[in-house]
Amino acid sequence: MTTTNSYQGIKPQRPWQASTKDKAITVGIFLFSIAFAYGVVLVSGLNGKLGMFASFVFIFVAINSGRSYLQFGSALAKDSLVNILVAVGTFLTLIPIVSILFEVFSKGYKGLYLGFFTRDMSLNSPNDPLNTGGLGHAILGTLILVSIALVISVPIGILTALYLTEIKGNFTRPIRFLVQAMSGVPSIVAGLFILSAILYPITKNNSAILGSLALAILMIPTVARTAEEVLNLIPNDLREAGVALGGTQWRTVAMIVVPAAKSGLITAVILGVARIAGETAPILLLAGGGDRYNYNPLSGPMGSLPHFIWNSFKNGTPESIARAWSGLLVLLVIVFVLFAIARFFGNRKVGK
Amino acid sequence: MTTENNGDQEKMETKTTPSSLSSVASSSKRKVVNTKAMGTGLEARGVHAWFGNHHALADVSLDFAAGTVTALIGPSGCGKSTFIRTLNRMHEFIPSAAMAGQVILDGKDIYDPSVDVTKIRLQIGMVFQKPNPFPSMTIGENVLSGLKLAQLKTENKDDLLEECLVKAGLWNEVKDRLNAHGGSLSGGQQQRLCIARSLAVRPQVLLMDEPCSALDPGSTLRIEETIEELSSSMTIVIVTHNMQQAARVSDYTAFFLSDGGPGQMIEMAPTNEIFARPRDKRTENYVTGRFG
Repeated sequence: MTTTNSYQGIKPQRPWQASTKDKAITVGIFLFSIAFAYGVVLVSGLNGKLGMFASFVFIFVAINSGRSYLQFGSALAKDSLVNILVAVGTFLTLIPIVSILFEVFSKGYKGLYLGFFTRDMSLNSPNDPLNTGGLGHAILGTLILVSIALVISVPIGILTALYLTEIKGNFTRPIRFLVQAMSGVPSIVAGLFILSAILYPITKNNSAILGSLALAILMIPTVARTAEEVLNLIPNDLREAGVALGGTQWRTVAMIVVPAAKSGLITAVILGVARIAGETAPILLLAGGGDRYNYNPLSGPMGSLPHFIWNSFKNGTPESIARAWSGLLVLLVIVFVLFAIARFFGNRKVGK
Repeated sequence: MTTENNGDQEKMETKTTPSSLSSVASSSKRKVVNTKAMGTGLEARGVHAWFGNHHALADVSLDFAAGTVTALIGPSGCGKSTFIRTLNRMHEFIPSAAMAGQVILDGKDIYDPSVDVTKIRLQIGMVFQKPNPFPSMTIGENVLSGLKLAQLKTENKDDLLEECLVKAGLWNEVKDRLNAHGGSLSGGQQQRLCIARSLAVRPQVLLMDEPCSALDPGSTLRIEETIEELSSSMTIVIVTHNMQQAARVSDYTAFFLSDGGPGQMIEMAPTNEIFARPRDKRTENYVTGRFG
């Protein structure tokens, strides 16, 4: 207790951080740049938000770099210049994301009410007020479409990843190339393929299962690639330890490698689901649409969120367009929640 | 070769060797040996190993008698680890690897095409340089994982679990938290967990590839005690960079060296002789610390 007496008067400090005075100067330059940019917009040919932003960035960069140059010389001036440019780039990236979110939330919340999530549109016309009808059928449809696609593509995707990381056979290179190429296939191609291969010649009718097949084609490469990366992170020590204990390769993979990679594999699956949840083109072609609950994935058109959104916009009445925005909001929230879950599993340490 | 070395040997006796080495080496005594479970030892005959075109190990013949501890010493890159990995067929996991020669266990070549390699690895267990407990398993599950991997049956898992952990010198530290994850242990405890894990399938031979190189001196001491206890019931081969360790734990020592070409086994002898009266000049230089 008393030993601390000898250190009296010494407080923890952070001399490497900017002092209050420096921070104040930076804020001052920031405000001055805004004011100056406003002046530039008033007197020169630059105008609007974009002109304001461009002149602000230019002035702010110039003053800050000049200040660093006078204080520390050219090396740190360049450093400060690049720092600001990186910050500007980040800001520019955020603009579209934030404005999309803002737009969807501000236009979408009006159509939301409890029944919106449970009712369907079978008894409603596009002109009906916003407190009638709903997208329950579309949520159910999306759930059915995604679930079937999940059941098909998760085993195939993970087995492909296991082939690429564990078996490493002669076909590893071409298969890895094909998987990477497939992840760039436009969704309409998958849709048209199922359309011409199954719908026209065989079923001749829309059904959810056909939509799911097309979605599975899109989901397999995402699952396989992510799972491959995750499995590659599992240290080889563990595989050797398993084999050295008398396990066959299959038992070592099943008992040690896959459990160690479990959280990453769950992330791979969720990313795959997020990839297909909003796919529109193949669903329009194959699952059709419909405005009522359809519980049978094997026959008849099935609604889905992307179709609901597309159809509501197409109807064009103010109520209908408001419903479309609400549908977008629901879809975005679902995808965001999926990504959040994926992040949660992805951030957990391997094995625990 | 032996005749011309005899003269050297006599001279060597008067030579002063590092006292720590000679004193512990001479104390490595023969133990009471339980012969029924540990087979007849392991024998390497003319083993070569390659990685691609790189000839890493040339013509190593060594006899590991049942119930003995043999240390493999030598500078880095001399093929000790490569050699020990040929002894339980872990060498073949490296894609470009190749080998020649025979490794005889119970009178049969383990590289014979009719041999089930998973059975071989059950009989010849391995402990690796870096502790590698299975991260998805608890401490208890880790110890018993070999049974599950090899689909072996056992009457009483709890007894086996306790027996293995006691033998590995870990029981007292973990008996109250067998359901904790293996990763929650310290490095030395993890390595002893890995030893317990390899004991659970009851191997005749235990290969240890620098098992203490990642550990602190205290943990190293515990593992050396464990080796001492285990050697009454199995054959142990240990690769080590630490000559004091070789002197402390082993009955026999084999010295490996590469003179730019493939690694070779220079000489093998009872440990106290290797350190007190090495027959080969190169061995003498190495064990007296003149190089390497």
